[in-house]
Amino acid sequence: MPILRLLELAQAQQQAASGFFQSSAWLLVAIPLLSAAFLLLAGKRADRWGHWVGVAASGLAFLFGLGVTVSLLGDDAATRVRSLHLFSWIPAGSLHLDAGMRLDPLSLTFVLLVTFVGTLIHVYSVAYMEQDPSRRRFFAYLNFFIAAMLLLVLADSYLLLFVGWEGVGLASYLLIGFWNHETPNAVAAKKAFVMNRVGDLGLIVALMLMFATFGAVDFTTVFHAAPAASSGLLTATGLMLLLAACGKSAQFPLQAWLGDAMAGPTPVSALIHAATMVTAGVYLVVRSAPIFEGAPTAQLVVVIVGGVTLIFGAIVGLAKDDIKKALAASTTSQIGYMILAAGLGPVGYALAIFHLVTHGFFKAGLFLGAGSVMHGMDDQVDMRRFGALRKFLPFTWATFALGWLAILGIPPFSGFWSKDKIIEAAFVGDGWRPWVFGLVALIGAGITAFYMSRLFFMTYHGTERWTNDQHPHESPRLMTVPMIVLAVGSAAVGGLLSIGGAFTIWLEPVTGHHEHGEPVLSVPVITVATLALVLAGVFFAWRQYAVSTVPTTPPLASGMTRAARRDLYQDEVNEAVFMRPGQYLTRSLVYADRRVLDAGVNGLGRLVAASGEVLRRLQNGFARTYAATMVAGLLILLVVVLVFQS
Amino acid sequence: MTQLSVLLSLPASITSGGNVSSGETALFWVLAPLMVFGALGLLFARKAVHAALGIVLVMISLAFLYTAQEAPFLGVVQVVVYTGAVMMLFVFVLMLVGVDNSDSLVETLKGQRWIGAILGLGIAAALIGVIRTATFDQARGLTAPNADSNPVGVARVIFGQDIFAFEVVGVLLITAALGALVLTHRQRLVPRVGQKERADARVASGGRLAPLAAPGVYAGSNALDTPALDPEGRPIEESVPRVLRIRGQRRSVAEVQAQIGGTAAVAPAQIEEGSQP
Amino acid sequence: MNLSNYLVLASLLFAIGTATVLLRRNAIIVFMGVELMLNAANLLLVTFARIHGDLQGQVMAFFVMVVAAAEVVVGLAIIVSIFRTRRSASVDDVNLLKN
Repeated sequence: MPILRLLELAQAQQQAASGFFQSSAWLLVAIPLLSAAFLLLAGKRADRWGHWVGVAASGLAFLFGLGVTVSLLGDDAATRVRSLHLFSWIPAGSLHLDAGMRLDPLSLTFVLLVTFVGTLIHVYSVAYMEQDPSRRRFFAYLNFFIAAMLLLVLADSYLLLFVGWEGVGLASYLLIGFWNHETPNAVAAKKAFVMNRVGDLGLIVALMLMFATFGAVDFTTVFHAAPAASSGLLTATGLMLLLAACGKSAQFPLQAWLGDAMAGPTPVSALIHAATMVTAGVYLVVRSAPIFEGAPTAQLVVVIVGGVTLIFGAIVGLAKDDIKKALAASTTSQIGYMILAAGLGPVGYALAIFHLVTHGFFKAGLFLGAGSVMHGMDDQVDMRRFGALRKFLPFTWATFALGWLAILGIPPFSGFWSKDKIIEAAFVGDGWRPWVFGLVALIGAGITAFYMSRLFFMTYHGTERWTNDQHPHESPRLMTVPMIVLAVGSAAVGGLLSIGGAFTIWLEPVTGHHEHGEPVLSVPVITVATLALVLAGVFFAWRQYAVSTVPTTPPLASGMTRAARRDLYQDEVNEAVFMRPGQYLTRSLVYADRRVLDAGVNGLGRLVAASGEVLRRLQNGFARTYAATMVAGLLILLVVVLVFQS
Repeated sequence: MTQLSVLLSLPASITSGGNVSSGETALFWVLAPLMVFGALGLLFARKAVHAALGIVLVMISLAFLYTAQEAPFLGVVQVVVYTGAVMMLFVFVLMLVGVDNSDSLVETLKGQRWIGAILGLGIAAALIGVIRTATFDQARGLTAPNADSNPVGVARVIFGQDIFAFEVVGVLLITAALGALVLTHRQRLVPRVGQKERADARVASGGRLAPLAAPGVYAGSNALDTPALDPEGRPIEESVPRVLRIRGQRRSVAEVQAQIGGTAAVAPAQIEEGSQP
Repeated sequence: MNLSNYLVLASLLFAIGTATVLLRRNAIIVFMGVELMLNAANLLLVTFARIHGDLQGQVMAFFVMVVAAAEVVVGLAIIVSIFRTRRSASVDDVNLLKN
C-alpha cells in the first residue's frame, strides 16, 4: 500500500544533516539574498560590475546545490531525507515552530533546476539588459527571486514555505513591473499580484486548518498525523492547497495573469513564468502527497483542474499572435499536464516532477529564443510580422527547434519521455476516469503540436513579413551560449534521466515506491496514437503557416477563434464575477462608512456640542439662578428619600 | 448673680424634662407667629433696615425658645453673639453700603419669582411632611445632663469629647478675622491729597486763593442771605448758601445799603449792573 | 403640645430663609436669609437634643453659631470690598461668570 510505505518513510527518516554541504545548506538561500541586498544598496557606482556579482551569486548557489546533492547521493536511499535545524522561530503557546530545511530528493531537484536554469538566464540577461540603465536593480531582483524560490523548496514547514511563497510573489511583481514607467506594465504586475493573493488565501486557510487539526504546521508532524485525520478535513485542506497552487501556477480559474505577465522583460518570463515560479504549485501538491492521499475527492478535483487547464491553455495558444503570450499559454497548458499527473496519485508524482524538469529546460530555452528574436527584430512581438528568420538567426533557430521538438514530444527528445508517460498514466484506472483523462491528455498533445508548430513556422519560415526598417541579426555570444546549453538539456535530459528509471528511483524517498498500473489502452497503442496526432498537428501547421502566406493582420475568423484571441473571455469573466462586484462592495462599504458610521460618530459629536450649547445657557452668571438650582436639587433629593423610605 | 441663678432656674420652672408644660406651650404659641412674621418681614421688606429688624426679632425670640428648651447657655450665647455681634455687624455694613439702597420691585431674572416661590413652598412642604410622618421617641429631656447646670454639662461635652473641634474652630475664628482685615484693606492708589496739594491745585487752576468769605463779611449785615463784598465792593455770589440762591432769597446789596447807610466805593446801581461775570 | 411643633417652626423658618436667598437682590439681605437658615437649623438641633436627652445637639448648635459668626465676618468683608469697587450691592451685578 503506497500510503503505508509513505508513512514508513516519513517515520523512518528524520536524520539530521551531516557533512559540510548539508549543514551549510542555508547558504543556498543566504548567498543570493545577500547579493540582492548588496546590489540594491550599492548604488550607481556598482552599475558597471553589479550584474556579474548577481551572476556569481547564482552560480555559487548552483555549485553549492550540486555539492549537497552529491553528498546526498553518497548516502543510501533510505537515509536520503535530511533535516537541517536552523533556529527556533515561533515558540508561541501551543505552537513550537522551528525554522529549518528539509534536504531530500524532491527539494534538491528543484534546487538544481532553479539554480542551473537561473544561472544561465542570469548570463543571458547580462547581454539582454545591456541597454537598460537599471540593469543592476534587475539582477538584484533576480537574485532575490532565486533566494525566495530556494527558501520555498527547502523549507521544512508550511509556514516557512509560505514565506518563500510570498517572496517569489513579490519578486514576480517587482520583475513584471520592472519597466513601470509604462502604465500597462504596472497594471499587469498588479493583476498578477492580486490573483496570486487569491491563491495565497488558500494557503493561509490550509495553514489554519492544519494548525487546528494537527496542532503543528511542519512537514514531519503533519505527514505523520495525516492518515489519522478525518477525510473531510483532509479534503478541505487539500482543496485549499490546490487553490494556492492554482494561483501560483496559473491554473484554471486563476490563469488570467500569466498572459499579462509577459509585459516584463523576457528573461523574467523565461525564469519565473516558465521554468520555476509557476512550478511552485506543482511542488506544493507533490509535497502534500500524504494529505491528498487521504482525500480522494480532492485528488479528483486536482486532476479535473489539470485537465481543464491544459485544454484551456492549448485553445488560447492557438489564436495568439504575440509570441510571448503564445508561449505563456503553452506554459499554462504544460503545467496543466503536471497538475493532472500529480492528481493521479502515487502513480503520477514522479512523472509530474519529471515533466517539470524537462519543461523547465525546453520552455526556458523557447523563451530565451523568443527574446533573441525580439532582440534581433527591435522588440517586435507580433508573429505576423516575423517570417523567414532562419537565415538571419541560425543559432536561435537551431536551439528553438530543439525546444520545439522537445515540447512536441518527439522521441528521443526530453518531452517524449516525460509527457508520454503522463498520457500513459492518465489512462490508468477504473471506470470512466482513465478514458476521460487519457483522451483529454491525448487531444491536448495534438493541439500543443499544432500551435507550437504554428509558432515555429510563423517565426522562422514562410515569407518575410517584416516592417520596413528591420535588420534582423543574431544575438551576442552571452545570449546564444545559454540558449545552446538549454537546448542540449531539452534534447538530452529526458532521455538521460529515464535510463533505468533513475529519476523515479531518485525521488522514491519522497514519493514512495509504487507499481505501474496497467493503462486501459496498451502502451504501444498510446504511443502510436500520440505520435500520429502530433505529426498531424505539425503537418497542418506547416501547410497553413509555412507554405501559404500568412496575413499580416489577423483575419476575420470564427467565433471560437475570436474567443481564443480574447483568451476565452477570461478577463471579462473575472471582471464580471469578481472585479465589478468587488468594486461595488468597496463603494457601498465606503458609502456606508461615510453615511452611517461617520454620520453616527459625527452626529454624536454634534449632539454633544449642541447639548453643550443648551447647557451653557444655564450658566447665566447670576448667583440666584445657581442658588435656585441647588435648592431644586435639594428638594428633589428630599422627596426621593421620603418616597423610598416609606 | 441672683439674676443668673434666676435665669438658670427658669428652665426648671417652664419645663420638666421631656414633658411640655402649659407655660411652655403658651410661650411657643405667642412667639411662633411673631417669628414667622419677622421672617416674612425679612423676605418682603423694601428697605434693608426693616429686614434687619425683622431678623433681629426672630433671633431674640429664638433665644427665648432655647431657654425654654433647657438650653439656657445657648440662649444667652444667641443674644450675645448672634443678635449682639452678628446682627450689629450687619447693621454697620448696611450703614456703610447705603441705607437708602432699596431694591426695586421689578424682578430682573425671568421667572425667578415663580421659581423662588415654588421652591420655598416645596422645601417647606417636604420638610414638614417628613416631620409629620416621622415618629419620635418619647422625649427624654435634659434633666440628667443638666444636673450640674446646663453650662457645666455643655462644657463637659465641649472640652471633653469635642475638644479637637473646639481648637479647630478657634483657628477658624482667627482666620476669619485675618481674612476680614485683608479683604477690607485699602491700599492707596493715589497719594493722599493734603492741604498743600489742595492749595497747589487751586493756584494751578486759577481759582480763588483765599478761602471763601463767610456771608456778610465786608457787608453791613452778617445775615445769611446777604452776599459778602470783595475788596472792590462787588458782591460775592458764592458767599450766599446755594439753597438760598436757588430759592431766590438772596438779598441784593442795594436793599442792605439803604439800611446801613454809609458810602460804598461804587454806586449801588453800578454794582448790580456791573456784576462780575 | 408635641415637641415636633418646634421642628415644624424650624422648617418654616428654613423655607423662608431659602426663599429670601432666591428672591432678594440686595446682597446683604441675601446674607441675612442665610443667617435665618442657620438659626432654623440651630433650633432643630436644640429640639432634638431635648428629645434624645443628649447635650451633643446643643454643642453642635454652639459650633454652628461660632462658624456662622466667622462666615458673616468674611462674607460682609467681601460685600464691602465689592461695593467699594462697583458701587453696587446687587447680587445680579456679579455675573462675570456668564456662560
